[in-house]
Amino acid sequence: MSERTGEASVREPSPLWEVFVRARRGLSHTHVGSLHAPDAELALRNARDVYTRRQEGVSIWVVPASEITASSPDEKDAFFDPAADKVYRHPTFYEVPDGVAHL
Amino acid sequence: MTGRYDFALRLGDDALIAAQRLGEWTTRAPEMEEDIALANIALDQLGAARLLLTYAGELEGAGRDEDALAFLRDDREFRNCLLVELPNGDFAVTMAKLLFLSAYQLPLYTALTECGDERLAAIGAKTRKESAYHLDHSSLWVKRLGDGTEESRRRMQSAVDQVWPYTQELFAADPAAPVDPAALRADFDAVVFPVLDEATLTRPEAGWAPAGGRVGVHTEHLSYLLAEMQVLHRAHPGANW
Repeated sequence: MSERTGEASVREPSPLWEVFVRARRGLSHTHVGSLHAPDAELALRNARDVYTRRQEGVSIWVVPASEITASSPDEKDAFFDPAADKVYRHPTFYEVPDGVAHL
Repeated sequence: MTGRYDFALRLGDDALIAAQRLGEWTTRAPEMEEDIALANIALDQLGAARLLLTYAGELEGAGRDEDALAFLRDDREFRNCLLVELPNGDFAVTMAKLLFLSAYQLPLYTALTECGDERLAAIGAKTRKESAYHLDHSSLWVKRLGDGTEESRRRMQSAVDQVWPYTQELFAADPAAPVDPAALRADFDAVVFPVLDEATLTRPEAGWAPAGGRVGVHTEHLSYLLAEMQVLHRAHPGANW
């Protein structure tokens, strides 16, 4: 069995990677979860084991979690609130001239 | 000496004992992801063992099925190479063993797909893909550990030196077998040497060459492994769930 050190040494885990998988019939890559791996190549191998069960014909992306910039939950209102209450921003005040097809 | 029965039994025993050793890592691997990978590889080996031992039982024609062959034989009746029964040691030893085993199994299973026996050819076709993955996995780790920290390099070199002698037995000539193991040596070297080089490891010299597994003369490790593996089946013959 693997040897254990006597003192309570906390080992640094490998870096965290985010995993995106496109299924065989899928149109786009979907975030499926994360895992630890020492480098990108092993992250890819681990992702195949953990998230795809080695199916043929899937595409996997791995990205170091540290590379991802996420929107802040605190800014949610400013970020995502639709402009529903600002009718002047809705393109509904135009008369469409006759003869304009396919608009 | 080597009919199809002996041949299938050898390959099945190699895979079975390798699976049992890899199974010992479960919940003990360095990281969760590696734990899953090792369990995957163990199950691949077990699947191959089941196919091969089932076929060996049919060839023998004495009514022994896969369970009888796996659980009701003593160490002297096992025909696995000594390499697979060696203890796991540390992670580096396990990876050295897996590299050497898969670099031997891959050309062996690939050659099987061309052999005249339809059943062995079908087993080869299935197991070949799995072996390629095992080889890939162990190569990556041997390179990383060898070309890693001072400590990981020291351990990886020591693992290679320790395990290397046991690879000689794999290639003992056997012209009567469906695939002559001696013909696989070049493929093995062509795969293993570049991995060791890239891992900045020194290739061991050909020296001491322990053998005996193929005729049932094993190291002291196998009987302990079998005692653990077979205890349930021997205590409750025919038990299943």
